[in-house]
Amino acid sequence: MHLGNYLGLLDNSEKQITKAFAQVSRHHKDEPDIEQMCQKLSAWSREHRGKLVPYLQRYSTQQSTEPARLKHELFSAARSGSLGLIRDLHDLWLLTQEVQLSWAVIQQAALALRDEELKATCAFCSARTKRQTDWLLGRIKQAAPQALVVAD
Amino acid sequence: MSETRNAIQDIWGPRTPYHGTWPLRENERVTATPDHWVQSACVLCSNGCGLDIGVKDGRIVGVRGRAEDRINHGRLGPKGLHGWEANHSSDRLTKPLIRRNGQLEEVSWEEAMRLIVERSQELIRQHTASAIGFYTSGQLFIEEYYTLGVLGKAGLGTPHMDGNTRLCTATAGAALKISFGTDGQPGSYNDLNTTEAVLLVGHNMASQQTVLWTRILDRLAGPNPPQLVVIDPRRTYTAEKATVHLAPRAGTNLAVLNGLINLLIEADQIDHEFIKAHTVGFAELRQTVEKWTPERVEHLTGVPADKLLAAARILGNSKTLVSTALQGVYQSMQATAAAVQINNIHLIRGLIGTPGNAILQMNGQPTSQNTRECGADGDLPGFRNWDNPDHMEELARLWNVHPDKIPHWAPPTHAMQIWRYCETGSIKLLWIQATNPAVSMPELARIRRILQQKDLLVVVQDAFLTETAKLADVVLPTAIWGEKTGTFTNTDRTVHISYQAINPPGEARADFDIFLDYARRMDFRDKDGQPLIKWSTPEEAFEAWKACSKGRPCDYSGLSYEKLTGGSGIQWPCNEQHPDGAEHLYTDHQFNTHADYCETYGYDLVTGAEKQPEEYKANDPKGKAIILAADYEPPHEEPDAEYPLWFTTGRVVYHFHTRTKTGRARALQEAAPEGFVQLSAEDAARHGIADGDLVTVESRRGKVTEPARIGDIEPGLVFIPFHYGYWDHDEHDKRAANELTLTEWDPISKQPHFKYAAVRIRKA
Repeated sequence: MHLGNYLGLLDNSEKQITKAFAQVSRHHKDEPDIEQMCQKLSAWSREHRGKLVPYLQRYSTQQSTEPARLKHELFSAARSGSLGLIRDLHDLWLLTQEVQLSWAVIQQAALALRDEELKATCAFCSARTKRQTDWLLGRIKQAAPQALVVAD
Repeated sequence: MSETRNAIQDIWGPRTPYHGTWPLRENERVTATPDHWVQSACVLCSNGCGLDIGVKDGRIVGVRGRAEDRINHGRLGPKGLHGWEANHSSDRLTKPLIRRNGQLEEVSWEEAMRLIVERSQELIRQHTASAIGFYTSGQLFIEEYYTLGVLGKAGLGTPHMDGNTRLCTATAGAALKISFGTDGQPGSYNDLNTTEAVLLVGHNMASQQTVLWTRILDRLAGPNPPQLVVIDPRRTYTAEKATVHLAPRAGTNLAVLNGLINLLIEADQIDHEFIKAHTVGFAELRQTVEKWTPERVEHLTGVPADKLLAAARILGNSKTLVSTALQGVYQSMQATAAAVQINNIHLIRGLIGTPGNAILQMNGQPTSQNTRECGADGDLPGFRNWDNPDHMEELARLWNVHPDKIPHWAPPTHAMQIWRYCETGSIKLLWIQATNPAVSMPELARIRRILQQKDLLVVVQDAFLTETAKLADVVLPTAIWGEKTGTFTNTDRTVHISYQAINPPGEARADFDIFLDYARRMDFRDKDGQPLIKWSTPEEAFEAWKACSKGRPCDYSGLSYEKLTGGSGIQWPCNEQHPDGAEHLYTDHQFNTHADYCETYGYDLVTGAEKQPEEYKANDPKGKAIILAADYEPPHEEPDAEYPLWFTTGRVVYHFHTRTKTGRARALQEAAPEGFVQLSAEDAARHGIADGDLVTVESRRGKVTEPARIGDIEPGLVFIPFHYGYWDHDEHDKRAANELTLTEWDPISKQPHFKYAAVRIRKA
């Protein structure tokens, strides 16, 4: 059974996104809404990791290194300015997709295993991940015209 | 000189006790006998009292309340009775000014307008119209907002237009949209005439809308008085009259409201049939509030459990309820989420759309309702939905422009973001009208810095050389109330006409004429090459606005200047179905939430993310009201060892905004000549401060020094009124409350958080 493996992958993704949200919050603290919302969304992902702990034990595992590489490529250096902000939010959006897909995969396994508890955790975390994605997309759409067309 | 009462000493006047029909009581104050009277309404708060302006020899000599007006039945408050004196103030601006070599110099209108137009055209060529931003007001008239909205959206095509209404009513609008599908107050002031209970949340009505408060005082003095629940951290005039006064810690409104809703559900004081037939989302609300037991609320907010229970009993046992909210909700943590919970109380109790039941998500300013309706803020005209292509088509047809001319790729830019774009340099022309951000915005040091930025052309349109105008590059002198004709709408949807009574001083012009002049010089055209703006008088503009509003909730199509003249103000919707206006919206409990009609597809109450149209359409509420829940979150800045006290801001009864007018009315100014630091006896003693001692209050953003006023406030909290700036005070001696406030805002309404910050104090 490879569920444990995949839980490890997801745990790592949530870890990466927790750090990435925190990093964007720090790098763009001149944008008050970015600073605060990214802190909050970072805390959500941290909480998701906490929820994963019992399943990681239940379906014990070895860790995968894949998502760490993903983060490494996405956030190569600190970016600033309005274009930098969009690129950071863009990368965060991609990370949420990685997380979302992992939750979807695990939910399939939970269904096959009739693990009601894991199913509920998947539903909760997957819905919150979608809210992270939605916020990122909305903020990107708001900022894009000014950053790409008007800003120096 | 004659006056019906000294409104400075006797703020609310004598009682006329009642239940049912509010008796007349005419108030008048004149300094000479007028030659004639001119119909108008008061613009010194959001109440909109009908009044006549007394004119003698071309000057205003006084005002009298209009007995026939549904809002005030003849009454006027201290600001209304005195504020008109500012019209004749000797320091009115009479000529345009341009900054040259660092100094503002008098120039001709031709020079000033040419400079603005040339800069606009240059910016459009180099950067598109998105390099131009407008920061307007809650003080102009419908005709002016609509003209501005059209020239901004269909002429320039810039998404950057918002008003100081962002600081004032943005949350009211957001909360109404979220619960009911569109903006629009469900009830009326008249509901106060019979209601069994009134819930005032973060709303010091006694100081802000003195005449509306008189309605309540008169009810309290009459038979079957209503019970009052007041939620406010200070013992205000309003709180003094409360049956139950809850004084929560700063930033905890949502916890208190969730606690109240929890008690209503637990006691089964809810209307199950109504909830089932007319709402969606109740299950999530129940789940969210159930952990907010009175004990938990007490622990977090400091509101004693027995008081919360007493308040819930009033809300639960009353067969009718009027609830109001203002800045204590809108400018505090989780503003929209908290305002929505007030709507939810009415929805779960089924108390809406019928006499005695009203939700008044109050406005702060006289015409802020119109900024929202006419699209001069972050909304589109007629409560249209920026994300609905059909609504954009409607506007494009109406204005005869291509739909893509109208920016609708994202929500219109909110004020806080407009200022941020100025700060980062991508907005290069900021045009400010009838507002004074150098005193009213949060974190003033930052605002002053932005206004003085090298590559930002700041245009200020005002009647006085305000703190903001002093930092401008171009100043345009304007006519004000009494010097121009137009219409405006108060909090309970009542539309008034205000006629020109006198000429403006010198070369001052109506904002309306300035906008028309700009549009003509910019040569804005429609698709057929005709002038985009086809009107040249306020009445023609009103007719154009009527056409824009027709079929929308704020339907003005049945109104006209003629109909508004001679009698009372009239409520919208006013159309074939409601020829004399309507006291209640949603009388059939059908709400404006249909996907093709709603103003918004909804928000995430925590992140503020806008919901996607497909998502909304898949669960189209089709006329059901939307119950949304949110859990409490702590404020972003809380007292700590370094800054151990909470700080909040607010008003005094004698002043409005930054005192631009009230500070120039002698009696009002003398009644409240300076600001103060209100603090509890406990905190005063701890710092060795006596009443009247100068106190320095310091936050991470700045410091101010004002005299101490001790008492009527919870320990741990410090209050400073926000009215006092520097036009009549040495600017090096900092005293404006907003030196201390922080730059952050509600995720949904984008309203800044003025109502909490961490500070420390010391005797100066």
